[in-house]
Amino acid sequence: MSPDLLKLIFGRLGFESLPLHEPIVVGTFAVVALGGAALLGGLTYFRLWGYLWREWFTTVDHKRIGIMYMILGIVMLLRGFADALMMRGQQMLAFGGSEGYLNAHHYDQVFTAHGVIMIFFVAMPLVTGLMNYVVPLQIGARDVSFPFLNNFSFWMTVGGAVLVMASLFIGEFARTGWLAYPPLSNIGYSPDVGVDYYIWALQVAGVGTTLSGINLICTIVKLRCPGMTMMKMPVFTWTSLCTNVLIVASFPVLTVVLALLSLDRYVGTNFFTNDFGGSPMMYVNLIWIWGHPEVYILVLPAFGIFSEVTSTFSGKRLFGYTSMVYATVVITILSYLVWLHHFFTMGSGASVNSFFGITTMIISIPTGAKMFNWLFTMYRGRIRYELPMMWTIAFMLTFVLGGMTGVLLAVPPADFVLHNSLFLIAHFHNVIIGGVVFGAFAGINYWFPKAFGFKLDVFWGKLSFWFWVVGFYLAFMPLYVLGLMGVTRRLRVFDDPSLQIWFVIAAIGAFLVFLGILSMLMQFAVSLLRREQLKDVTGDPWDARTLEWATSSPPPDYNFAFTPVVHDNDAWWDMKRRGYQRPLTGFKPIHMPSSTGTGIILAGLATAMGFGLIWYIWWLAALSFAGLLVVGIGHTFNYHRDFDIPAEDVIRTEDARTKLLAGAK
Amino acid sequence: MTVAVNPSQTGEPVFYLADEHPHPEGWSTSLGFWIYLMSDCLIFAILFATFGVLGGNYAAGPAPKDLFDLNLVAVNTSMLLLSSITYGFAILTMQQNKVAQTQIWLAITGLFGLAFIGIELTEFAHMIHEGATPQRSAFLSAFFTLVGTHGLHVSCGLIWLVTLMVQVQKFGLIQANRRRLMCLSMFWHFLDVVWIGVFTFVYLLGVLR
Repeated sequence: MSPDLLKLIFGRLGFESLPLHEPIVVGTFAVVALGGAALLGGLTYFRLWGYLWREWFTTVDHKRIGIMYMILGIVMLLRGFADALMMRGQQMLAFGGSEGYLNAHHYDQVFTAHGVIMIFFVAMPLVTGLMNYVVPLQIGARDVSFPFLNNFSFWMTVGGAVLVMASLFIGEFARTGWLAYPPLSNIGYSPDVGVDYYIWALQVAGVGTTLSGINLICTIVKLRCPGMTMMKMPVFTWTSLCTNVLIVASFPVLTVVLALLSLDRYVGTNFFTNDFGGSPMMYVNLIWIWGHPEVYILVLPAFGIFSEVTSTFSGKRLFGYTSMVYATVVITILSYLVWLHHFFTMGSGASVNSFFGITTMIISIPTGAKMFNWLFTMYRGRIRYELPMMWTIAFMLTFVLGGMTGVLLAVPPADFVLHNSLFLIAHFHNVIIGGVVFGAFAGINYWFPKAFGFKLDVFWGKLSFWFWVVGFYLAFMPLYVLGLMGVTRRLRVFDDPSLQIWFVIAAIGAFLVFLGILSMLMQFAVSLLRREQLKDVTGDPWDARTLEWATSSPPPDYNFAFTPVVHDNDAWWDMKRRGYQRPLTGFKPIHMPSSTGTGIILAGLATAMGFGLIWYIWWLAALSFAGLLVVGIGHTFNYHRDFDIPAEDVIRTEDARTKLLAGAK
Repeated sequence: MTVAVNPSQTGEPVFYLADEHPHPEGWSTSLGFWIYLMSDCLIFAILFATFGVLGGNYAAGPAPKDLFDLNLVAVNTSMLLLSSITYGFAILTMQQNKVAQTQIWLAITGLFGLAFIGIELTEFAHMIHEGATPQRSAFLSAFFTLVGTHGLHVSCGLIWLVTLMVQVQKFGLIQANRRRLMCLSMFWHFLDVVWIGVFTFVYLLGVLR
């Protein structure tokens, strides 16, 4: 075939795009391909495709979508953590003239992919998954406001993850760092597909995130059960509301800034170029106007989880509910006024830097108030050291430390010394692992019995906990030391042999975290095998306080047979205290949304369009775009999107629960 | 929706609704669409800010004074403003349940919208022909992106309008279609408001600069 025709069909995709010269990537590909083939073969052998498609892929049930988000987050955690181990290994070895085992081309992709994956495809899905699962149950709703959009949002997130994973084996990923600053990310310095993978993965996933933000705001505002005023909402619902407000008010900024970068790359405009009046620093400003709220998007729901856990396992009402709510709202607002602290060294002058330094320090006030609220909740409580509570205490210790180094970095003169050093790396891992990751784990251990009807195994859970916590400190405390000594981030080789010992310690820490992740996977496996012993039929294994524990575990499709009425902040605690009797008769048909395959089809088309744009396969991009229009408009011609669960089905489900509860007594 | 949340007359607290009415269809839609519009508004806000930063960087290329034909832009603006008025008439007739008249007003709205897009494209073509391409300077990059994004929104609105006209024709002014017409109405007026900003900040202030 002629080269022109090949180019028309395949764009810039060719055999040379496959990284066959990188033995590490080829090895990884072999493992992934074998594992993938085994998984697909297994699914086919056990004839699970129909079941998966009907019950999971096309579902609009917020609970199942929430679980799928969690699975996505955990799978991507394995990928993101593999990158982390590779970096720690490289930096441990690359001393005394050794080049380590990763070449620059590969190493730069590894650190970029690590950041992008951990934030967008691990932390975001874990947080969104927990919100999706828990919020409708906590507010006594049957589902979210827009169930179809929820399914679509999830698959768009998967689409983004698929593009990032594809970049490992087809072409390459960006070598720019996780925020892809121009001019490095512009076409002149990054002519390959790496940055394009970055752009389209985030754009596809970003659509999903924005829509899911709108969806959850509407759910919380419009679908609360009777009696649940704003100031009676559980704190996790409050933090979710604030997080979703942040999502809707910040992700469009990311969308625009990436769109402008793509215009620079694809069309040759001059937004972020050095010539013709462009301004690379505008990119840095814009992306951090999204980027700083993003870290609060991640951590606020974690704060909510810790609030629920602390009050449940201390057997007490949350201390200072009102101040907790206001602290959350204040953090929400302040998170928009601090973005410039990410680049004090830009040279905006002393006045601008002082302003942003002060606003940054002010954020520590509401955060500190929260910390005291948790402490006072525990004070004189009957604390049960179950796994969620252990993660919460680890969080409180770790996060305070990370917060203090954050305040240190907020001082502009100090930041001039520490900017882009390993001190910064240690700081943000300190708050993201200590806050978001520990929070997600507390949430998983806390709500797992709600989702599956049995608790998680304690032995492997504790093992995972100690590996993680000790591993975290070993991995990141040395980075504080190195940062103070002036070691900058993203270095591949080192000259000074006296630094090596710190990198060795950090690598040992990372290995312990690796054991922590393995223990967690073991915990899931062991719990699944021992599910009969770990079973909970009451629906309320922790003697908890909020509404999600009022229904069965796992909850029926319709969540609550009758819409609950709420009188107190701790609605379920109040119901238990006042002798609530579960209704046994009078069930009626329940109106529910129907499943649809449109979400996964649209997201598949969007992903294909992204792939076409990345590789300049214009026909594929155009065709998928046309497909998006046709399927999207076609979907609006379907006016029958819901059905009634017949009363007999509700009666059957509820009677089964009555028998279970009777058996438990 | 008013519900007895207080203890019932017997003194027993009420913990669930024995007799429940599901939320009406589209209960959250207008709020959801409002929030979407605000997120879209943010997209324009960032594009305006970008234009604010880069709008003076001509890179020795053409400036607004050399490029903008205010008469043409005035005609174009009136096209869009008129389309907003006619959309308002469509909503009025919709409320009176007059299918045919609603369709006529929608069609007129669409034609005004089409005229707007046509004039805009003519303007773009003229500028590009004169060498004032988006690649020429940061000012022109920001100009084409801001105005073009608005135009893209209007084009999406036109596709949506045609889809809704088909659906109204097929299924009548049923509740779902009324809701959709209201959403498009908000979208259309929103684009009008954004255009006022474009007209003022990009064209009028540009020529003054």
